[in-house]
Amino acid sequence: MQKTYYDPADLRKFGKITEWSEELGNKFFEYYGKVFEEGALTAREKSLIALAVAHTEQCPYCIDAYTKDTLQRGVTKDEMMEAIHVGAAIKSGATLVHGVQMMNKVNKLDG
Amino acid sequence: MATKSLQKRNSDLANSNKQLELLSNGIFRNGELPTFKDKISETNQFPLKAKKLEILQINVGYMCNQVCEHCHVDAGPDRKEIMTRDTMRQCLDIIKNTGAHTLDLTGGAPEMNPDFRWFVEEAAKAGIKDFIVRSNLTIIRANKKYYDLPEFFKKHNVHVVSSMPHWTRGKTDKQRGNGVFDKSIKALQELNAIGYGMPGSGLRLDLVYNPSGAFLPGDQMAMEKDFKKGLMDDFGIQFHNLFAITNLPIARFLDYLIASENYDDYMYALVEAYNPTAVKNVMCTNTLSISWDGYLFDCDFNQMLGLPVNSKSKHVSEYNESLLEGRNIIISQHCYGCTAGAGSSCQGVVA
Repeated sequence: MQKTYYDPADLRKFGKITEWSEELGNKFFEYYGKVFEEGALTAREKSLIALAVAHTEQCPYCIDAYTKDTLQRGVTKDEMMEAIHVGAAIKSGATLVHGVQMMNKVNKLDG
Repeated sequence: MATKSLQKRNSDLANSNKQLELLSNGIFRNGELPTFKDKISETNQFPLKAKKLEILQINVGYMCNQVCEHCHVDAGPDRKEIMTRDTMRQCLDIIKNTGAHTLDLTGGAPEMNPDFRWFVEEAAKAGIKDFIVRSNLTIIRANKKYYDLPEFFKKHNVHVVSSMPHWTRGKTDKQRGNGVFDKSIKALQELNAIGYGMPGSGLRLDLVYNPSGAFLPGDQMAMEKDFKKGLMDDFGIQFHNLFAITNLPIARFLDYLIASENYDDYMYALVEAYNPTAVKNVMCTNTLSISWDGYLFDCDFNQMLGLPVNSKSKHVSEYNESLLEGRNIIISQHCYGCTAGAGSSCQGVVA
């Protein structure tokens, strides 16, 4: 067993998950590929969304992959950082909006 | 930002043999990645053979006013290799008799060759269909003596192809040097003003995009759309097409890949993106590259690696187009750069 949980070289081996479950693996990659195709959203916009979600998911593989992917699509540093802030704002907003629940409970118990 | 060529810095990598050695060792020697020869053999595409000549590319010298970070020519103000008028005369004989439809002048900054204008005037008389000059844009603003270049190009119906790494200042200057973006914008506006790059205009102006770091270029069509929008919205600039070119792991880009510890990952990315369809149309099969001193190469990259054509006709003094047709192309691992994804050539994607 390797000494760390994450190894950058493992990203290249992602495709190997099909080896242990071919049908599901292939279906996933087919779906994945389709999702990122140019559609109502451009591939560039999708890549920026993926970069933001990669951060909220805190997935090092995804951050590695989509930092590179956005660079390839000519995305600037400013755009990348703004996208991450969108993710972070939703994350913190999601935490803070629960504050209303806390307030409701306080008001009920101790109002 | 580099200010001197590898040659001037006495870098090991200024030696083309050192580069070739590097490209054959490590991950390619230990079998982690297949060599280019093995890879194209998988689809029975070895040996790569030259087809009928379509593009004649002439490098009139390595001197340049810029020192771009990733230059495959290792060009710069300190490079003194320059084509003489005698060699140009030999090239003109070839241009007059060739079956090629495109003449492509490159450098360095070709305009810095003292005989550049004479050569263009003479070559234009040969009536070649597409006459390209690869102009780095900033040269037009570098010195008063170059200010009239746009008019000069127009007079000889030259097709201008220029490097522009991004439609924003930050990314452009990082790769090509401080101030390059503003000068390039000014030069593009001047070219537009006399008709270059305008919709429907016969005065062709195309831009070349190559990535600013250790990653591959994105989709050429999508990039072109973004470039057009960015340059139009911010500066009112128009151009015809964008060529997306992959950085090949040679010269200053190789030096950068190694120094930044990106070499292995970059080679993996190139090999993973290998596309056998791109091999079919790779530019060495229809192009010939002539160096400043008149030697013949399969491409500009092989020229920089010191790998001359595999033919009895090796120099402009003994040029024989029919003998060159069908020759075996000289390959090494840098060739993966032209076969990744949609492929890459001096005219952009090939697949």
